[in-house]
Amino acid sequence: MNSSFALSSATFIYALASVFYIGSFSFKKQILAKIGLIVLIIGFMDNTAGIILRWIESYQIGYGHAPFANMYESLVFFSWTVALLYIFVELKYKKDAIGVFATPLIFLAIAYASFDPSMGSKISPLVPALKSNWLIAHVITCFLGYAGFALAFGFAIMYFFKPEDPNSTSIFTRLPSLDLIDELTYQMVVFGFLFLTIGIITGAVWANSAWGKYWTWDPKETWSLVTWFVYAIFMHLRMMRGWGGKQLAWVSIIGFLCVLFTYFGVNFLLSGLHSYS
Amino acid sequence: MSDHIWQFFCSVKLAVYTLVALTVTSIIGTVILQNGSDQEYLRLYGQTWTNLIKVFNINDMYHAWWFLGLIVLLCINIVVCSIERLTVTWKIIFPKAVRFKLARFTKQKQTASFLLEKSSDTVLPKYETFLSKHVGKVVREETQAGVALFAEKGRWTRIGVYIIHFSILLLLVGALIGTLFGFKANLRLDEGATSDTAFLAKKRTAIKLGFEIRCNDFEVQFYDTGAPKEFKSNLTIIENGKETFTKDIRVNHPLRYKGINIFQSFYGTAQPDAVLLEIVRRSDKETTQHEIRVGQQLSLPGEQGTFKLEGFLPNYDFQGNNLGEAFILTVTPKKGSVFQIGLPTRFPTFDKMRKGDLAFVIKKFEQKHYTGLQITKDPGVLYVYAGFIFLILGCWVTFFMSHQSVCIQIESDTQATSKVFVFGITNRNKQSQKLKIKKMATKLKDL
Ligand code: HEM
Repeated sequence: MNSSFALSSATFIYALASVFYIGSFSFKKQILAKIGLIVLIIGFMDNTAGIILRWIESYQIGYGHAPFANMYESLVFFSWTVALLYIFVELKYKKDAIGVFATPLIFLAIAYASFDPSMGSKISPLVPALKSNWLIAHVITCFLGYAGFALAFGFAIMYFFKPEDPNSTSIFTRLPSLDLIDELTYQMVVFGFLFLTIGIITGAVWANSAWGKYWTWDPKETWSLVTWFVYAIFMHLRMMRGWGGKQLAWVSIIGFLCVLFTYFGVNFLLSGLHSYS
Repeated sequence: MSDHIWQFFCSVKLAVYTLVALTVTSIIGTVILQNGSDQEYLRLYGQTWTNLIKVFNINDMYHAWWFLGLIVLLCINIVVCSIERLTVTWKIIFPKAVRFKLARFTKQKQTASFLLEKSSDTVLPKYETFLSKHVGKVVREETQAGVALFAEKGRWTRIGVYIIHFSILLLLVGALIGTLFGFKANLRLDEGATSDTAFLAKKRTAIKLGFEIRCNDFEVQFYDTGAPKEFKSNLTIIENGKETFTKDIRVNHPLRYKGINIFQSFYGTAQPDAVLLEIVRRSDKETTQHEIRVGQQLSLPGEQGTFKLEGFLPNYDFQGNNLGEAFILTVTPKKGSVFQIGLPTRFPTFDKMRKGDLAFVIKKFEQKHYTGLQITKDPGVLYVYAGFIFLILGCWVTFFMSHQSVCIQIESDTQATSKVFVFGITNRNKQSQKLKIKKMATKLKDL
């Protein structure tokens, strides 16, 4: 077994898990969701194996670096963190209905990595500036943050599906109560905010040790700060202005759009304007 | 009037608006070119927009007066808000004596209850030790219906948000100190060269370091793909004419000395200043070797005239083709006119293609590098790092710890049976306290 086999099989296993969750939800069969969770955990272990193998392979080639060096590797790791966090949340809150909105996210990220032909999946050497233990700390914390926000986004979407009328015949009455959705969204934002904070900080400390400046208003930095501001606004609105429900769900959606832009948009749209310095 | 101003600055509404304004304006600098030249702005945005960009300093917007103004507004907001709220909450956070009101507990949703086949007197001491072990100091009170035990923990965690806000002030103070008293400069040093002056990154003005740096050696290694793998410089610091110490620096492994940080940043090839040439005479195939320095003039073999090494060109143009780096020679023959030839380093025998009695071949030259150092000083970093630590601590305390109070009320109807209620109050995360209270109730039942 090598890493590319492990990772492409993980893609299919995640797809299968999503199918089980969606099936369970649509046909009101609890058992399907139970199988879905087991499949998801298998996919997660496969994903883990893929990352570890890739790490080992990079040493065998002689490049020797953690597998967080390009878009392909980061997407694979993104799926891994979202899966980890989701499994934790499901085990803690025992609500499998939320899997409908979470598992497709896990699948989509790794599928994008596997199927987009422009995504270089080859293990490539690291430029000297990236050779630092701070890279590992920085990537892991940022992605845990992104994972929190991704799940918060998935949960915020539920607000718009859950019917207010408890006697409604829509299948979405099965979603958890609005109170619990609110609580889950908030918990995920809190988790994401803590790790994004640590992620930005480790990035700054790293930049200071590599270039002597902890902050340079580089587009990626700026966008991560923008994301951080949006979630700080989220907290103040919730704690101090009493916002909740759909209003606040919108803020969480805007926040996640910022995450996506920080993650993809800056690389694809803005890099032409700014060279890294 | 002053009260109005105070009220204005201590509103959370203002905080939200300021944060929104900072968010939106921060984006501008990522879409509009920063620190470009006038021509670039004209080409990209046209005359009208360029004027607008200039008026509002959008070409350097993160240092524009209005952006700094927003940050100052945020600071005032945080300070005023914290003063206003802390004067009230301080007494709540650190009270002289802790008091509990049963009525506040009974209103909560985090409750559990069970029936016991025991009298309150038998379980009371057990419950008291349980509470003091798992929650905190126990207060016992007689109530109308029976006995109530109260305990709490984590009152101090209410200070968490203030730590967060304080840390943001620290960060901004550190950034301000850095801007006022720090600098960021570049220094290009050829191997073997020494300098005590760097040049500011933006304004290109010279800045004295207070000591000298000598680059003894520079090395670069490549991957098999041709991408640079590692580069390092061997530097010696010279102070007052004495060599203080010597150290290798690499990317990510800088040198710090007297508050000044020296980073490996870039590198390049320096112009070689000497070359070993071989001169081949076509007529008798005789060869001679000559070591020549830039600006030096030597005589050609057989007293045929002289040749001079004029210099080194990074891009030598030969009949419209760029042949890359090349040495330039001027040949002055005894007979005939003076002419110039280029010897591209990529094609050492290039000159053999020229028809003439003498051909110049490059045998050897020393390819020197220069190292690009980034030199920075930032006395604000300490404050910023302290801010980072407080920010993480503050977030941790605020998000994952809470002020929790628990009340156990025991109502005894007869000697044999009693009813036990467990109530909880918390300032955050009611959901998880609900679960905790349920768990606590099952444990208490089995005691
Ligand atoms: C970038 C800046 C800021 C950040 C990151 C930030 C962060 C936070 C966080 C995380 C909380 C806790 C929310 C919760 O309990 O879940 C909070 C609460 C609060 N913030 Fe901020 N904040 C910022 C700026 C401000 C400003 C400028 C004000 C000025 C009015 C302010 C006023 C408050 C208040 C009054 C609370 C509630 C405190 C309480 O519960 O007693 N914040 N802030």
